[in-house]
Amino acid sequence: MSDFMLIAISTLDATIRVSTPLILCAMAGLFSERSGIVDIGLEGKMLAGAFAAAAMAAVTGSAWMGLGAAIGVSICMALLHGFACITHKGNQVVSGLAINILASGLTVTLGIAWFHQGGQTPLLSGDARFFSIDLPGALAVADVPVLGAIYTQLISGHNALVYIAFVTVPVTWWLVYQTRFGLRLRAVGENPQAVDTAGISVFWLRYRAVICAGILCGIAGAYLSIAQNASFIREMSAGKGYIALAALIFGKWRPKTALLACLLFGFLEALTVRLEGVPLPLIGEVPAQLMQATPYILTVVLLAGFIGKAIAPKAIGIPYSKER
Amino acid sequence: MSNKTLPTWIDVGVIPLINVCLAFLVSGFVILLIGESPLEAVQYMITGAFGYAEGIGYTLYYSTNFIFTGLAVAVAFHAGLFNIGGEGQAYIGGLGVGLMCMSLDSFMPWWALIPFAIAAGAAFGAAWAFIPAYLQAYRGSHVVITTIMFNFIASALMVYLLVNVLIEPGTMSPQSRVIADAAILPSMKDVFAVFGVNIANSPLNIALFLALICCVLVWLLLWHTRLGYAIRMIGFNEQAAVYSGINTRRTIVITMCISGALAAMVGINEVMGAQGRVLLDYVAGAGFTGIAVSLMGRNHPVGIIIASLLFGALYQGGAELSFEVPSITRDLVVVIQGLVILFCGALSLMIKPTIEKLFMKFFAAKESANV
Repeated sequence: MSDFMLIAISTLDATIRVSTPLILCAMAGLFSERSGIVDIGLEGKMLAGAFAAAAMAAVTGSAWMGLGAAIGVSICMALLHGFACITHKGNQVVSGLAINILASGLTVTLGIAWFHQGGQTPLLSGDARFFSIDLPGALAVADVPVLGAIYTQLISGHNALVYIAFVTVPVTWWLVYQTRFGLRLRAVGENPQAVDTAGISVFWLRYRAVICAGILCGIAGAYLSIAQNASFIREMSAGKGYIALAALIFGKWRPKTALLACLLFGFLEALTVRLEGVPLPLIGEVPAQLMQATPYILTVVLLAGFIGKAIAPKAIGIPYSKER
Repeated sequence: MSNKTLPTWIDVGVIPLINVCLAFLVSGFVILLIGESPLEAVQYMITGAFGYAEGIGYTLYYSTNFIFTGLAVAVAFHAGLFNIGGEGQAYIGGLGVGLMCMSLDSFMPWWALIPFAIAAGAAFGAAWAFIPAYLQAYRGSHVVITTIMFNFIASALMVYLLVNVLIEPGTMSPQSRVIADAAILPSMKDVFAVFGVNIANSPLNIALFLALICCVLVWLLLWHTRLGYAIRMIGFNEQAAVYSGINTRRTIVITMCISGALAAMVGINEVMGAQGRVLLDYVAGAGFTGIAVSLMGRNHPVGIIIASLLFGALYQGGAELSFEVPSITRDLVVVIQGLVILFCGALSLMIKPTIEKLFMKFFAAKESANV
């Protein structure tokens, strides 16, 4: 196999691993934002989920218990967001920010109090983590040129949560575009009055949307701490929630395009690691910081209307009050 | 809306106070949860922040930063804009201050340099706020999202500059060279020494006076100028502002630039004062604390000074607390900050109906007695 092939496959493999939390968070944001609730709290929910997963897995020794705890904690944060923005009509950006700051402080404070390791959780091993799964037939086809390598090394050999993340996208699409719940969800993000007039509860719909977001952010958090890494590290979400938000906007609030945006941003991150200190032909060495900033720059440029137009759900950010 | 209106003192005094108390109450539960005594923690924090001269110095030094970022958030808030980018604007503003100081520090002392440093910092901070503002006003992209993105871009840019350009030759750590002693702002200790008063050593410097001047200027701007009127009108009702002939787009851009320039003044306190050099991540979350400060201070300069003092005390007291109680770190202050933002910002309307009901009950009874 040629060198190029090897490099390409390992970079794409890294892309998949890096994109996984982005995809989960972007889909989480999609549910929330399509229902009209701005969600800049993706970051905080993911971080809280990561801590809960690592803490639970460390105590029980079961990765699935960890995943459950992550989802549970993340849903609680999402409900807090809902309580502030839906029930009490608070500012959704302020609430999301509060959740992010709260998560960043609480995870470390509790981590130090419970595990005495400077905010880290104990290193996990064995059943306490999600390990890579070999898909059926991966070994058998390994020798087939090109396709075999792609199947064995790129598609097979990831952990369960990676596959869950990729399954989430068609499921999200199906839920949002093919079900009654999805139709109402989209309607409540565009014109909540109309939904209310039809006798459907705006509050309950939006609560369900933020709960969906909570579940997905929880899975993303568990991926960070008990699948990709072996413990919780302070601030381990490191802005991924914001990149996912950027990807969601870059993908114009649609599942398929958001997935592509996540893969693009993930690819950029994987490339950053690979290109560290390697001069490129014609342009020379690209600073790693420029690569890191690219997702944000691209999103700003898109939002400015220079590449296509990103149109947000119409009722986004506006609290709904029944009596006017 | 209902015709039940609360008197001003309840609206701006009692309700924010109750919200802050709720935030502290929940913080107390967090301390209980990790197995420490909340009362003891409060005691350590208060003695740490106000109990001795050095502590007070640190408290006021932190407060100085929060006044700047709090004012920055508040000015934008009055125009209905949510500037989450204070962190990035302060970071880039500090770069402006640092560059100006480093290019002129061999020619002039601090008192001659400070107008240039302020101008450079303000220009850099305003420029960093200008792009999101322009995109909001003229291209319809939301300022919240763009300022978040600009925080990350600022952080990447500063890492690049500090690692590759500004780094002091021959050193490993990514920070610029130290500004000449004569060009660094005098500390409060030096100022008091001139009057023959000896106070403890702390990073507190004369940037505190600049912060207080900024408070007065912001108050004058918002409530006593034509521009301030336009800003508040846009925040109150943008449609009405358009119909009354206000150029809303231009005003939005100007407001954000003022906001960015105010945030950039953190650079005066840190780069020209306390640190004496540009270093990595010197803003350390002050931009985000500014949001809590502004929400708590009800976007008014006086409220912001009070809230800044409280947060300065929390930061300094938190440092002291983590020293005294090993199981508590300064991250607890981050928790409290999050709770303050939650209760004073997102849930600020939660207790209003209850207060309204109580108030009506009390005063309705009084009125009927009069009749």
